[in-house]
This record gives sequence, structure tokens and C-alpha cells, in this order.
Amino acid sequence: MPLNTEPILLNLGPHHPSTHGVFRLRLIMDGEIIEDAEPVMGYMHRGSEKLAEERTYTQIITLTDRLDWLSGMSNNLAYVRTVEKLSDVEVPERAQYIRVISVELMRIASHCMALGFLINDLGAFATPLMYMFREREKILDLLEMLCGARITFSYMRIGGISHDLPEEFLPALRDFVDQMPKHIDEYDELLTKNEIIQTRAKGQGLLSAQNAVDFGVTGPNLRASGVKWDLRKSDPYEVYDRFEFDIPVGDHGDNYDRYWVRLQEMRESLKIISQAMEQIPGGLTRANVPFFVHPPAGEAYSHIEAPKGHLGFYIVSDGTISPWRCKIRSPSFINLGALASMIIGSKLADVVVTFGSLDTILGEVDR
Amino acid sequence: MTSFYGLGALKGLIVTLRYLFRKPFTVEYPDEKLVPNPRFRGNSFVWYEDRCTGNGACAKACPLGIIRIVTHPTSRPDIGNLYAIDRFDIDTGRCMFCALCIEACPYDAVFMGNDFERATKTRDGLVIHKEDLVTGAKLPTQQFRPQLEAMEYKGEEELDQHEAGRWSL
Ligand code: SF4
Repeated sequence: MPLNTEPILLNLGPHHPSTHGVFRLRLIMDGEIIEDAEPVMGYMHRGSEKLAEERTYTQIITLTDRLDWLSGMSNNLAYVRTVEKLSDVEVPERAQYIRVISVELMRIASHCMALGFLINDLGAFATPLMYMFREREKILDLLEMLCGARITFSYMRIGGISHDLPEEFLPALRDFVDQMPKHIDEYDELLTKNEIIQTRAKGQGLLSAQNAVDFGVTGPNLRASGVKWDLRKSDPYEVYDRFEFDIPVGDHGDNYDRYWVRLQEMRESLKIISQAMEQIPGGLTRANVPFFVHPPAGEAYSHIEAPKGHLGFYIVSDGTISPWRCKIRSPSFINLGALASMIIGSKLADVVVTFGSLDTILGEVDR
Repeated sequence: MTSFYGLGALKGLIVTLRYLFRKPFTVEYPDEKLVPNPRFRGNSFVWYEDRCTGNGACAKACPLGIIRIVTHPTSRPDIGNLYAIDRFDIDTGRCMFCALCIEACPYDAVFMGNDFERATKTRDGLVIHKEDLVTGAKLPTQQFRPQLEAMEYKGEEELDQHEAGRWSL
């Protein structure tokens, strides 16, 4: 007797342990296999863009901390760079170096979390995650030394940074840079060769280079698909053109490559930090910019390579103390567009892994 | 792939095994406390009434508008203040401890404090009133106060209004 079967609709989320935030995935399932998928977002909408319209340019820095809460420094930098472009501010060199150091530290911390939660979703419950939390903790300690906060930094200012380095910072950073490669080796030993991870992540969630470019995917996800594109090299901002570092690229664009690229990027960030530490000049850390900035009427767009991809701000000024429009191009939101094409045809258990490997932060998706 | 299936996982287990014999990285929180950095932005504020002129720079700088200041004209010839402060309330239930108010104060009257254990049972309990600020512990942090950095003040002992500011009254 033939069985009467029909596809079922399954809701993954809005509450699911593998999401940083609240995210819902509507899946049409044929047994274990995904037939169709539709991401539903907006559960965490906080209206950052609208809030920005009624705050002064300096106050908006505090809003940007909350976009991607694992990399507040990068968000700060993307925003202040746009306002600096709008109002033609020259940033002192020392401030640029300190910005690069703090943003690269932030990238390591963000990748630690991305990998930790990815491995957690793969079933290695909490142990690797806790190792990576420990390294992130050290980074947050360093950043706390700089600005006094651990998550919501608000460290960058228009025309520079809010505080110069404290005396004890550079020795502590030197210690960290010396120790961190050992820890990355440890992750390598613990995870990279693990058969369970290889069988579950290799060949899953394929994103071809063409697809990645078509969807506008950026950051480590794009590089895992084999496209060598990194704004730090291809459109250098701050002082990135003075450092030597490689851009790791994957070959297949599967979950394993996305894991591998992030692990290698942590090593490259360490290289940048140690070069920046040697080159850092003395001098001022903040240009002469008033607390209430009045950029001339006009518009500006500027982007940086945040840990998740291109983070861009588009600001339209009408010459007053707050912007007329502030649009945020957030990498997580655009990377999420490719998710459906990556999971159709795979099993339900792999959806969680693929989603984790994209490293999406929902605060940035919904803004 | 390794020749023997499971070898990679075994190598990983050796890493975790090594941790069995190391000192833990974590501390037992209520018994043992980590010392925050000198620039730490805690959940409290330090305020010196005699330094405050009531100009409201902090209230204007605050992105959330949660500082409420009420003043009345008076003359305090001893310190040159023209306004007396009736109310100075900070609603820390909404505060995000961004320290923009500290940066804005031109008279070094308000500082971040380094207290972080301020749980209360009600939301109203989170509002710091003027009276609490007057009687509270005067343990400022170095946030936006280079003079404290120059003094190498680490928050061990209380500072009075003459020591804390960039110039004494
Ligand atoms: S720390 Fe920030 S949010 Fe809190 S009162 Fe000061 S300016 Fe307002």
C-alpha cells in the first residue's frame, strides 16, 4: 500500500540556541531533507538608524556598539570614518595605529566566538567554546584597559580615539601576542583534524564563488569560497597598507573552509598587531574636533572590513548636529541572503551548522 | 583524513586531558574578586557638589537624556557658583555607562565610579539621587580624567573635591 506523504512546514526558531539573537527559519521539509527555506528576521529590530537621526554625531557612537555586539570596536571605526570623510578630518597617525590594534584584537575575539559556537553546534559541547572564551576574556581585559568597558566600548571618537594607551597596555599586549599562537595551535590540534568535525562540516553548506559574489557575501564567508577580496588589502584604510599579512582563502566554500579561514585569520591579525606595536609613533591621539560636530551638508559612504564582512555607513548630513539619514550596510544581513541556497537539499541537522558557520549576529541583521 | 579513524579525535582528547592538571583560569566570584582596570566604567557615579555649577553639560551630552538637574540662582561667593543644585538624578536603570557625560563636564564635577554590584529589587532603586551622590563613596575612576592617571590613582582611597579636580577650588 503506497504511503500518502506530503512536505511539512517546520519553524526553526525564533528561539534557538545556535542563534545570537532571535531568528526564525521557515523550512519546508520532505522527511529529513530541506525542500525550501525562508529566513524570517526582524525580531530584534531596535531602530538604530532612526534613533541616529535624533542624536548628535558623537552620541551615535554609542548606538554603533550595539549592532554587532561581538565586535563593537569595528562598528565604532566604520562609523567614525564616515563622519571623518564627511567633515574632512585628518586623524593623527598614533590614533590610526591604536585603532588598527584595537580593531584587530576585536577581530580575534569575534572569530573566537564564531568558531566556538560553530563547534558547539557541531556537538563538541562547551569545551572548545570555553577555551575560546578564555582568550576572548584576555582580549576584553586589554580593551577594558583602553576604554573601561568590555562590550560597549564607545572608544573611537570623530577625529581619533577617546583615550591614549595607558602605560601598562603595550607590555600586556606583547604578552598576549606571544601567548596567543600557542592557543591557536591548541585549537588546531583539538579541532582541525577531528574526524567528527571533518565528516560533518566538509562538503556541507556549499557556497560557490559565483554564488557568493552574486549574493554580495563578504568577509570570511566570501574568502572561504575562494575569492581573494579583503578591504584591508584592496581598499586600504587607516594604516593597513603599511603591514604585511596574507589573506587566507578556502577552496570549496563549505562549512569546513569557513572554519579554517577564520582560524587562519586570527594568525594574520596577530601579525598585524605585532607590526603595529613596533611601528606605533608618538604624538596626539585626537584631532581638534568639537564635541558637537557640524559636518557640512552632503553625503558620504565609507566601509571597513569588519570581522563579519564589509560594514558600511552611509550618512546624509543637512549641516545640523545630527544626521538627516544614517544607513547601515551590515554584513550579517547580506550574508544571510545566501543561507537558503546553501541549505536546500541538506539535512535538518546540517542547517544549524551551516547557519553557525555564516557567523551571523542578529543585532546587526535587524539593527 | 588520518589512516586510523579516530586518531584526530584522540589527539584532541589529549589536549583536554592536559587541562586537568593546570590551574583553572576562572575565579570563584563572590569569594574572590578581580580588580577592574583603573579606567573602568562601573555602574556608579561620583559627584562633587561644590565642583558642580549646574550648567547641564552632562545632561546635554547624554544620548538617553537620563540626567535630571534642577537648579535655582544663588550666590556662593566662597566657590563662585551662581546656581545651587536642588536635584541631580541619574537613572542608571537606563544608563549604558558610555561616559559621554564624564567627557562633557568641564569642571571635573562628575566621575565614573568603579562599583559594579548594584542590584536592587525595584527599578526606582536604580535611580541615583543627589543625596546618594553626596553621601556615596568618593572612589572615582580614571575615565576621561588624565589628572588621576598622572597621580596614578587606582581607586584605593577616597578623594575629596580638591584632590580629584584638575585644579583645586
Ligand atoms: S554614562 Fe552615558 S548614558 Fe549614562 S548618564 Fe552618562 S552620558 Fe548618559
